[in-house]
Amino acid sequence: MYLDYPFVRYAIIVGMLIALCSSLLGVTLVLKRFSFIGDGLSHVAFGAMAVASVMNLTNQMVLVLPVTIACAIIILRMGQSTKIRGDAMIAMVSVGALAIGYLIMNVFSTSSNLSGDVCTTLFGSTSILTLTINEVLLSAALSVGVVAVFVIFYNKIFAVTFDENFARAVGTRAGGYNLLIAIVIAVIIVLAMNLVGSLLISALVVFPALSAMRLFNSFKGVTIFAAIISVVCALVGILFSIAVGTPVGSTIVITDIAAFVICFMIGLAGRRG
Amino acid sequence: MSLITIKELSLGYGTRILAEGLNMSVNSGDYICVIGENGAGKSTFIKTLLGLQQPLKGKIIFGDGLKQTDVGYLPQQTVVQRDFPATVEEIVLSGCQGKKGLKPFYGSKEKETVQKNLLRMNISEFAKRSYRKLSGGQQQRVLLARALCASSRLLVLDEPVAGLDPKASEDMYTLIKSLNDEGVTVIMISHDISAALEYAGHILHMRHDPVFMTKKDYINSDISKIYLG
Repeated sequence: MYLDYPFVRYAIIVGMLIALCSSLLGVTLVLKRFSFIGDGLSHVAFGAMAVASVMNLTNQMVLVLPVTIACAIIILRMGQSTKIRGDAMIAMVSVGALAIGYLIMNVFSTSSNLSGDVCTTLFGSTSILTLTINEVLLSAALSVGVVAVFVIFYNKIFAVTFDENFARAVGTRAGGYNLLIAIVIAVIIVLAMNLVGSLLISALVVFPALSAMRLFNSFKGVTIFAAIISVVCALVGILFSIAVGTPVGSTIVITDIAAFVICFMIGLAGRRG
Repeated sequence: MSLITIKELSLGYGTRILAEGLNMSVNSGDYICVIGENGAGKSTFIKTLLGLQQPLKGKIIFGDGLKQTDVGYLPQQTVVQRDFPATVEEIVLSGCQGKKGLKPFYGSKEKETVQKNLLRMNISEFAKRSYRKLSGGQQQRVLLARALCASSRLLVLDEPVAGLDPKASEDMYTLIKSLNDEGVTVIMISHDISAALEYAGHILHMRHDPVFMTKKDYINSDISKIYLG
C-alpha cells in the first residue's frame, strides 16, 4: 500500500543503494583505524551543505561533493605527515567545518525555521522522503560507480588494508589506493547525507562491518555479509519509520545497532560452543 | 653480477643521519643477518632497500634480473593484523599482487603459487582457517608464504621471531635456513645474536659507520668483541 506512492519507492531504492555502498568500505575503514574519517568528513559535508543552502544552489551536490572530496584528500595527506597526527587532523577539520557551517546558516539564512534546517541537515529527518527523480538517478549512478570501483579494486584494497608496507614493497601504489578509498568515502558520505543526515553517517559505515566481523572469518565473507546486513537494516528501518512515523535516519541506525547486538551475541555463543 | 650492490649509502631521516658510507654486495644464496642496537638504523636499512624510503646519499643497484619490487618481504606484524578477519588463503594470495600490476583479479596461476607455498610452509591444512585464530608461529609462517609468493629469490625479514616462544622461534629459523639451502637469498634483521651467528653467512652490523663482513671475520673482529662482550 505504501509502495503505491512514488516517494516511498524512491526512498527505498535510494536507501538500499546507499546502505550497500556505505557498508562496502566499512570493513576497510574499521580495520585501517579510519572510522573517524567518515565522521570527520560528514561534518565537512554539513558545512558545505550550509554554504550551498545559503547560496541558494538548486543542486547542492555540485558544491558539497567536491568540497568533501577535497577535505578527504587533505585529511589523508596531512594525516600521514607526522607533524599533526591523523586523528587530531580529523578533529580539527570536522569541528571547524561544523562551526563554520552553523555560523553561516545562522548569519546568512533567510529561512524562517533555522533550527529545523539545521536539524534536517544533521539528522536527515525527511529529505529521503522528498527525493526527486533526478536525485534518485544521480544517487543510483554514484552507487553503481562506488560498487564498480570496489569490485575492480577489491584485491588491491584488501592488500593495502591488511599490510600497507608489504604492498608498497612489492610495487603496489598504496598511496594512490588510499586516495581512492578516501574519495570513495567522500562520495558515500555525500550520498548518505540524504538518508541519515551528517551526524549519523558513521553508524551506517561502521556498524554493518563490525557486525559481520563478529560472525565471519574471511575478508570476502565479512564484506558480503556486511553489505547484506546493511541493506536489510535500511529496508526495515525505512518501512518501520514510514509505518510508525519515526525519523528515518535514526530508525535505520537503531536497526543497525540491533543487528550488531544480535551478531555480537551469536559471536559470543559461537566462541563458547 | 651481484643481486644487490650498495655503494656509499647514507641512511636516515631528513637531516638526521643514522649510518653512512655503507658498501656491500649481496650475492645469490647469501644469508645475511642485520644486527645492531635499537635505533641504529636496521629497519631504516630494510625500508631503504625495499624503496619504501629514499636513501640520503649513495646508490642501491639491483642486478642479475632482480627488480626492487621482486622481493619477498616479511614486515613486523602490526596490531591490526593480529585481529584481521581474513583466511590464510586470502592473505597468502595477496603476496601475488605485485606481479599482477594493474590487473584486478587473480587467476589460476596465482592460486597454484599459493598452494605451492602453503605446502612449502607446511600450512596447507590451515588454508581456509581464519588468520586471527592461528598461533604466533603459524601466523609468521603464513606471512612467510605470502612473501614467497612475491619472490622466491630474495627474502627480506624484519625480526621474524619477534614475540614467538623459543620452540616456535627455533622452528622459524630452521624453516628460513631450509629455504636458504634451496637457494633463496635471505636478509634478516635479528635481535637474537646467537641465532644470527649460528645461521648467517654474513653479518651487517648497523651503526654510524656500518660494518659488513663474513661471519668468521666478524667473530674475530674487535667490533664483535665490544658488542658481544
